[in-house]
Parts: sequence; C-alpha cells; structure tokens
Amino acid sequence: MFVGPFLLGLGVFTYIPLGWSVYLSFFDAHNTVTPSDFVGLGNYTAMLKNEAFTDSLSTFLVFSLLIVPATYALSLALALMVNRQRRAQAFFRSVFFLPAACSYVVAALIWKMSLFSGVRFGLANTVLGWFGGDQIAWLSTTDPPWYWAVIVTVRLWLQAGFYMVLFLAGLQRISPTLYEAAAVDGARPGWQVFRYITFPQLRATSVAVVLLLVINAFQAFDEFYNLLSDARGYPPYARPPLVYLYYTALGQGQNLGLGSAGAVLLALIIAVVTVGQAKWFGLGRKEAQ
Amino acid sequence: MRDDSRVRAGRALRLALLIALALLFLIPFYLLVRNGLAAESDITSPEWTFFPSSLHWGNVRELFGDTSVPYARSLLNSALIAVATTLGTLLLASLAGYGLARIPYRHANKVFYAILGTLMVPAAVTFVPSFVLVSSLGWISTLRGLVVPTLFSAFACFVFRQYFLGFPGELEDAARVDGLGYWRTYWRVVVPNSRPVFAAVGTIVFIGAWNSFLWPLVIGQDRNAWTVQVALSSFTTSQVVRLHELFIAAAVSIVPLLVVFLFFQRWIVAGVERSGIDD
Repeated sequence: MFVGPFLLGLGVFTYIPLGWSVYLSFFDAHNTVTPSDFVGLGNYTAMLKNEAFTDSLSTFLVFSLLIVPATYALSLALALMVNRQRRAQAFFRSVFFLPAACSYVVAALIWKMSLFSGVRFGLANTVLGWFGGDQIAWLSTTDPPWYWAVIVTVRLWLQAGFYMVLFLAGLQRISPTLYEAAAVDGARPGWQVFRYITFPQLRATSVAVVLLLVINAFQAFDEFYNLLSDARGYPPYARPPLVYLYYTALGQGQNLGLGSAGAVLLALIIAVVTVGQAKWFGLGRKEAQ
Repeated sequence: MRDDSRVRAGRALRLALLIALALLFLIPFYLLVRNGLAAESDITSPEWTFFPSSLHWGNVRELFGDTSVPYARSLLNSALIAVATTLGTLLLASLAGYGLARIPYRHANKVFYAILGTLMVPAAVTFVPSFVLVSSLGWISTLRGLVVPTLFSAFACFVFRQYFLGFPGELEDAARVDGLGYWRTYWRVVVPNSRPVFAAVGTIVFIGAWNSFLWPLVIGQDRNAWTVQVALSSFTTSQVVRLHELFIAAAVSIVPLLVVFLFFQRWIVAGVERSGIDD
C-alpha cells in the first residue's frame, strides 16, 4: 500500500523501457517498436564505427574537461567567500542560487540573442569594444571555437549556485575545534588553513560534486540544442551524445534500433565512469571522522 | 594593530569581490527584462546601450494577442503539468519513502537498492525506450504522456526515506497506542509534522517540471501540447516571433518560478543539504 504504487510505476516507466531498449538495440528497427529483423550486435558495431557517434563522445570529453573544473572552482570559491561573510550572507547566497530557477531554454535565449549575439550588437562584444578588442562572431565560427565560451558560461551560471549550496553544507559540518587546533599550532589563516584543514575536510563533498558534475555533463542537451540549432538544423560539430541520439532516434531516420544501441552504450559508459570514479575516490568509505 | 588593518582590508576585498560577482550573476536577468520591455530596434541596434531608449509595457499585450503563437496555451500546459507532477510525486514518493523507512518486511533493503539504482541510470539516457513505450500506449501529445512517466522520482523517494528515518518515533507510538494503523498514523501524525520536507521536495520538483525540456520536446509533438519551454525553444529557432516578443515571453515564463523560488528558498536550501548526497 505504501511502496507498491511507486514501485509499480518505477517498473513500468524505468525498468521496462530499459529492458525494451536493450531488446531494440539487437534489431533493425526503423520507424517501428516491434521489429522482426534480428541483427545481433550489428547496431553496436555500426555505432562504434560511426564517426558522428564517436565525435559526439569527444565533444562530451571537451565539454566536461571545461565545465567540471570551472564549476568546481567557482562554486567552491563562492561557498568559501559566502560562508565567511557575516552580513548579508543570505542575500549573496540567494543571488548566486537564483539562476538555478532559470531554465536552460531561457538562459540559452539570453546568451544567444543578447549576451553573445552577432558581431555588432550584444553585450559581450560591446564590452570587448570598450577595451579596444575585436568583435567576435561567437556562435558562427568554428575556428577558433568561440562557441565553447558561450556553452560553458551558460551552464556555469545556471549550476554554480547549486553546488555552492552543497559546499556550504559541507563547510558548516567542519568542527570549529579543528580551526582552533590549527591556530594553536601556528597555521596562518588563509591559504595554510585552507590547504591543511578546510580542503581535506571537504573531501566527501568534493567527490560527490565532481560525480554529479560529470553525470550531468553526460546528459547535456538543452543548452546545446537551443544555442546551436536554428531553422536550418543543427551543425555537425559540437553535438554531444544525447543530441546525437535525439536526432538518430527521433529525427528523419527514426532509427530506434541504432538509437537504442547508442543509449545502451552511453548508459554503460556512464556506469563505468561513475563506479570507477567512486572506487577511485573511495566513496562510501566513511573517513576522516 | 597591523594585523587588524590587514584583516579589515581582506574583508573589504572579499566584500568587493562578492558584490562584483553578484552583479555579474544578475546581468542575464537584467538583459531578459531589458529586452522584454524594449522595442525590437533597441535589441538589434548596432549601438548596444545599457538602458533601452524607451519602455514598452505594451509588449506583454502584444505577446498574448499574437495568434500565430500558442503562448497562453503553453503556459497553461506547463502550469497543469508542473502542479500535477509536483502533487503526484509528493504523494507517491512520500508514501514509498515512509514505507521503506518504517514498515518492516523482508526485502525492504533490496527494494531500496533497486530504487536507488535507478538514480545511477540518468533519466535522459532512457528517453529513447521511454518514448517508444509512451508512443505504443498512444500517449504522445497528451497530458498523461507528459506527466505520468515522470512521477516516479527515485531522488524524491530517497529524500523522504532519509527524512522519515530521522522522524521522532514517539509521536507515532502515541498514535499507535490510540489504535491508529500505519495508514491513519501516516496521514494524521506524520504528514502534518513534516511540512518543511514536503515544501523542500515539492519546490525542487516544481522547478524541475516547469523547466524540463527534452521530455516535453519528445512527447509534446502537437502544438497544443507544447509546454512553455518547448514553445520558447521553437520560437528561438524559427523566424515567426519577433525578438521583443520572444524576450517578454521568456521573462513571463520565469515569473511563476521566481515567486515559488523566493517564497520557498529556505526550504530548497534545507532540502538540498538534507538530501545527504555528500554523506
């Protein structure tokens, strides 16, 4: 009576789709959900040989190498500063957390049509102009790939506040006696205290934050889709895995078999990365207590 | 004395940095409102100015009067979906969380791990098979198709379970002595005393439902089933809507969220902290 309805729904809408996806991935399924043409691992080998798919994986790699360290550093810095701010702490916390209420669609609109728009108008180019910089066509040049600046800053703005809150929670759990002991031992406030007390004590939070950042980066869809596609379609560069799968499975081809194989591959990669990272950092071990 | 002034200088520097960052974080919101209330020529003007040349409150009327854009309909759809998703998730996940935390039965732990395991499977990766399932049910472009599959949030269930594990058992024992079963104890004692966690989870779910994009994009294929995010997105990539209309539409779309957000902010923060993901 309590757990039943939830479990039933989870079974129908999570476990069955998963199983169905694995099933579909072994068939040639164009435009159909009840295919008859068994192709074995054909979809998988096709997917792994498919340059568009492997390119989408390297797009993800570039994206995560940019966004994960940037978000980590900014949200930790914000948390450290906000935490030590006695007056107006709630105000600063709210301001940095506020973008979390904004959708990727709206944020992408602001970034694409106002902040980084075009060559002439747009705030970014206006500010560049003040300093005598050249105007940049942010989203329409691939060499140099300025579009990364647009894509990375959108997500940084949207998510830094959320991770800041996680770090704030972590900071508040550190026992004050540790800081007192450090002061007695002559550690100088500032870098030394951060290096030897704060940072090691935040280890569990850090691991969780990096894990969440990577998983969320894997699922990037909204901002890529809204920033880079237009009435003519979506450019082949900068297609992360999910955008690529979306077009494969639900675009013109409606190739559900191939799409499912890609989804299963993606899920496997995420599982391996997650478990590997958790093992590497020793998540689940209760330490430092 | 010297140390004192150094500490004070450090504090002033930190405050200045915080203020600068806060302004940077607020600029996108300002741009949204600025462009929403500007004339179109102000948005595309080669000379960008901080303030638009004049304010056009009529943009709002123009947006809702534009018959080529099903904007009011999409707002209504989003509101229905967000409210239904929030209420449904709270009901299902809180019951499941309570059951897992309080009612002893043999496989409770296995069930809990089976639920927790779905957190590892990113929801977005299952969109292909979920789409297949929903389309074979004939739920494409229906409210059912948009809401029902999203109701079973392992995250919400997890938060509720953790919360109920820490719920003081004495209150329930008193109810038990009065002869109430699990069901009535839950509704009469547990729920009324757990408002903050319901508020926290509800706010997070509401914001997520209002902002979600991929699932409504896949399922809401008919224009009449568009959510506000899908509507905005299709305006961005087509040439139908004029820019000032697009910006005022986006500004209107975040108003309900800002209200919910500012009202429940304390609980969101508490909910995020309490979710215990970093323990």
